[in-house]
Amino acid sequence: MADLSTNFLGIKSPNPFWLASAPPTDKAYNVERAFEAGWGGVVWKTLGEAGPPVVNVNGPRYGAIWGPDRRLLGLNNIELITDRDLEINLREIAEVKKRWPDRAMIVSIMVPCEEASWKAILPRVEDTGADGIELNFGCPHGMSERGMGAAVGQVPEYIQMVAEWCKQYCRLPVIVKLTPNITDVRYPARAAKAGGADAVSLINTISSIVSVDLDSFAPMPTIDGKGSHGGYCGPAVKPIALNMVAEIARDPETRGLPISGIGGVQTWRDAAEFIALGCGTVQVCTAAMTYGFKIVEEMTQGLSDWMDEKGYATIADFQGRAVPNVTDWQYLNLNYITKARIDQDLCIKCGRCHIACEDTSHQAITSMVDGVRHFEVMDDECVGCNLCVNVCPVDDCITMVEMTEGSDPRTGRPIDPDYANWTTHPNNPMAKQAAE
Amino acid sequence: MRGVLMTLSETSDVKANRLSSADYADNFSDIHPPLTPHEALVEADRCYFCYDAPCMTACPTSIDIPMFIRKIQAANPVGSAKTIFEENIMGGMCARVCPTETLCEEACVREIAEGKPVKIGLLQRYATDTFMEREQPHPFARAASTGKKVAVIGAGPAGLSCAHRLASLGHDVVVYEAREKAGGLNEYGIASYKTTNDFAQDEVDFILQIGGISIENGKALGRDVTLDQLTADFDAVFLGLGLPGVNALGLEGEDAAGVVDAVDFIGVLRQAEDLSQLEIGRRVVVIGGGMTAIDAAMQSKLLGAEDVTVVYRRGQEYMNASLYEQELAQTHGVVIRHWLMPSSLNVSGGVLTGITLEKTELDTGGKLVGTGELVTLDADQVFKAIGQTPDAGPLAGGSIELEKGRIRVGDGRRTSHPKVWAGGDCIAGGEDLTVVSVEDGKTAAESIHKALMA
Ligand SMILES: Cc1cc2nc3c(=O)[nH]c(=O)nc-3n(C[C@H](O)[C@H](O)[C@H](O)COP(=O)(O)OP(=O)(O)OC[C@H]3O[C@@H](n4cnc5c(N)ncnc54)[C@H](O)[C@@H]3O)c2cc1C
Ligand SMILES: Cc1cc2nc3c(=O)[nH]c(=O)nc-3n(C[C@H](O)[C@H](O)[C@H](O)COP(=O)(O)O)c2cc1C
Ligand code: SF4
Ligand code: SF4
Ligand code: SF4
Repeated sequence: MADLSTNFLGIKSPNPFWLASAPPTDKAYNVERAFEAGWGGVVWKTLGEAGPPVVNVNGPRYGAIWGPDRRLLGLNNIELITDRDLEINLREIAEVKKRWPDRAMIVSIMVPCEEASWKAILPRVEDTGADGIELNFGCPHGMSERGMGAAVGQVPEYIQMVAEWCKQYCRLPVIVKLTPNITDVRYPARAAKAGGADAVSLINTISSIVSVDLDSFAPMPTIDGKGSHGGYCGPAVKPIALNMVAEIARDPETRGLPISGIGGVQTWRDAAEFIALGCGTVQVCTAAMTYGFKIVEEMTQGLSDWMDEKGYATIADFQGRAVPNVTDWQYLNLNYITKARIDQDLCIKCGRCHIACEDTSHQAITSMVDGVRHFEVMDDECVGCNLCVNVCPVDDCITMVEMTEGSDPRTGRPIDPDYANWTTHPNNPMAKQAAE
Repeated sequence: MRGVLMTLSETSDVKANRLSSADYADNFSDIHPPLTPHEALVEADRCYFCYDAPCMTACPTSIDIPMFIRKIQAANPVGSAKTIFEENIMGGMCARVCPTETLCEEACVREIAEGKPVKIGLLQRYATDTFMEREQPHPFARAASTGKKVAVIGAGPAGLSCAHRLASLGHDVVVYEAREKAGGLNEYGIASYKTTNDFAQDEVDFILQIGGISIENGKALGRDVTLDQLTADFDAVFLGLGLPGVNALGLEGEDAAGVVDAVDFIGVLRQAEDLSQLEIGRRVVVIGGGMTAIDAAMQSKLLGAEDVTVVYRRGQEYMNASLYEQELAQTHGVVIRHWLMPSSLNVSGGVLTGITLEKTELDTGGKLVGTGELVTLDADQVFKAIGQTPDAGPLAGGSIELEKGRIRVGDGRRTSHPKVWAGGDCIAGGEDLTVVSVEDGKTAAESIHKALMA
């Protein structure tokens, strides 16, 4: 049996599945249930300053988009940080940590961007016995207008400054939670590192309007006729999160900086992908909010089964294994040639591959052969784009097969076994310049 | 209507009121309840929006099935119904009566993939019912008047479909219908649990909303009007006569009390105000292997008959009723026996007491022959469902070519008479399905239009 335990910045947890800072981690009641269900750790719902807590709207807070069968694909929220009193939260954090010493207890914090505010709250958090802190520089709504959350996360200098304060006034490991609402995530990550942060976590939610009510003509969720942008998360954001994680993992300036991966983790497989891109733990919010805490069973068991199958004894055995394989487009091998192949036994003849290729791509799939409905790839037209694979409703029915010998029937050019990329391609004007 | 309502001797157990009124209501409610909006959305999501969809090819009226299902997915059930009506103005009835398991759903790629086709029929019903419930304006406008007049004979699916398409193309249509009500077998033949709540008449009203169609009820071709007259008075004539006759067993005692035409029985049932007043035998034998036989058997059972047996002279694979319909009847307690043909009716004092059947087999030449072995079934009623027959009488003198008694048609369902078209059950080579009749009417209308506008 694979060992799923993790040691992230010295913080130990029995498995890499943490609940992200959000409603599932807002109270002792929820967190206790999560630990009973088997979650490895939690990042407590973001705490604010002492004094009267923030208030949430009392109307709907969520909007969503759905796939077939109303499967939730993307969730949007306009919630703020915890709306419970700081004292209650601190007391509960201490109590829960005491009862569950083997679980990771991280406390998320967001206070105004002033040294005094951070200096005031940090010792109080440390006193709870928590294992680490996460700086919420990500919330895209409500708090950013008050100069917190994403408003800080979008300015690398602020990130660095606050991270420095935290390292100065607190002995706990510091994780900086990054916002995806920027153009290049490497800058805030570099700033976090420069400020002495021990790790980054990402992504927080993406600024979004999830839908518009066509009767009231207002964004959803609609509060008394108005709506505001919210934060988007769930399965739909995973690709964005993976890319941002990869960018940081392979940036020479931040390489090796521990990462806690967040965004759209639904199953063990998503988690394995984040870990393969270098993450030490993953955090989950929407999946838990959709299905409840029990899903962690599928996640831990699935990850363990897969690791057993692959012969990975520990998380470290495959952590970061995909990082060296993330490269820039210009370094992709242009001599690598694939053709789509349809498994005629699996094909159910829906014709989607044909119409996708016919209408929108390269006219490389038949629909009729000798008067019979038949879908087959014409190698002399197929550019190997993979669109058909993605529109086919049957798993593994269409696969991309590499050509290793002969010549490409589309171009007539012999298959070249050697690697060659755009940087040296004759059509590349930059390449020509380099040659001169 | 013979037999069913006759007074009977004490030996025969044929009576009304076999069930409680709640049972009647229950038994004759919708056999396939409509989908709820939630069910419809879940089911619509299963459709792949196939290219050149096989289901669409399998639909005799070529409804754009992926498009109408996509409109349900996209929360536009009314628009979905319009897509359906464009090809099939009786999309509502067809959704209820089509043997989808041998049409669109048999061809659905998810039938091939998982043995579970998208429930196209029920989705079609969801869309068309929603359209009707929301009391939408009629979805089609008539083209500018062409000044042409067309006579349609028979207000069944073929006739009404033809009339609607003609009216929408700008022609004026007069429909001559022998019966008191329009609808044809939709009104008098389809099993009552397939079309509840007077849906057939609601659909007729919906079709007539287009305008330009007048129906002359109680006017029969051959009796009240002649083909010669019509071809003289109108620019074109469409014949949608259906199959008014029924095959006889050709046995002695066929006019005894208790021997009943299945189609008549169903017709009476469909028109009954109070099902508890319908008499039904305790033991019923139905002869035949088509939809009519199955429907008569099912409805006998639902009226409270204890033993209902369908006897068919060939094996199951030859039965015209779909396997699905057969199984449905069997689940309701109907027994189906094969390789039996009627030999004699057992009658005592003018009243049926049973039927003797001879076992059959195929001889070496593949011909059906009796084996000489006899089986007798006690019966209070025998329903004859061995096929309906065309009636060429009304066509007399009209020089319409026939083929095995049915009307021969060519391209566009045009008959040998240049001003006469035909469609539905009365033409040769048809499939005796509602949906095929609707397609015939539509095709003929387009052909008539082309001929009139040439
Ligand atoms: C018991 C039974 C159950 C069936 N169940 C199904 C089913 O579940 N699904 C399915 O798809 N199909 C079913 N069918 C078949 C289907 O009903 C027919 O195929 C369809 O109704 C044929 O349409 P039509 O317009 O050709 O004829 P009809 O529906 O028979 O209509 C013909 C019309 O013409 C009128 N008419 C006849 N002669 C004259 C005349 N001389 N002058 C004026 N009017 C005349 C008749 O009164 C009638 O209204 C069933 C048939 C029967 C008998
Ligand atoms: C309702 C809601 C409230 C959230 N509140 C916080 C918060 O207080 N602090 C924080 O750092 N992130 C917050 N998040 C963001 C999540 O922690 C997480 O980064 C994001 O949802 C992406 O993960 P997911 O795709 O698994 O949901 C919130 C998310 C949701 C849905
Ligand atoms: S999820 Fe619970 S709190 Fe939220 S609206 Fe529904 S019932 Fe109310
Ligand atoms: S999309 Fe897949 S299942 Fe559909 S026709 Fe193409 S190969 Fe066959
Ligand atoms: S064949 Fe089935 S899945 Fe394909 S379009 Fe028709 S109903 Fe949809």
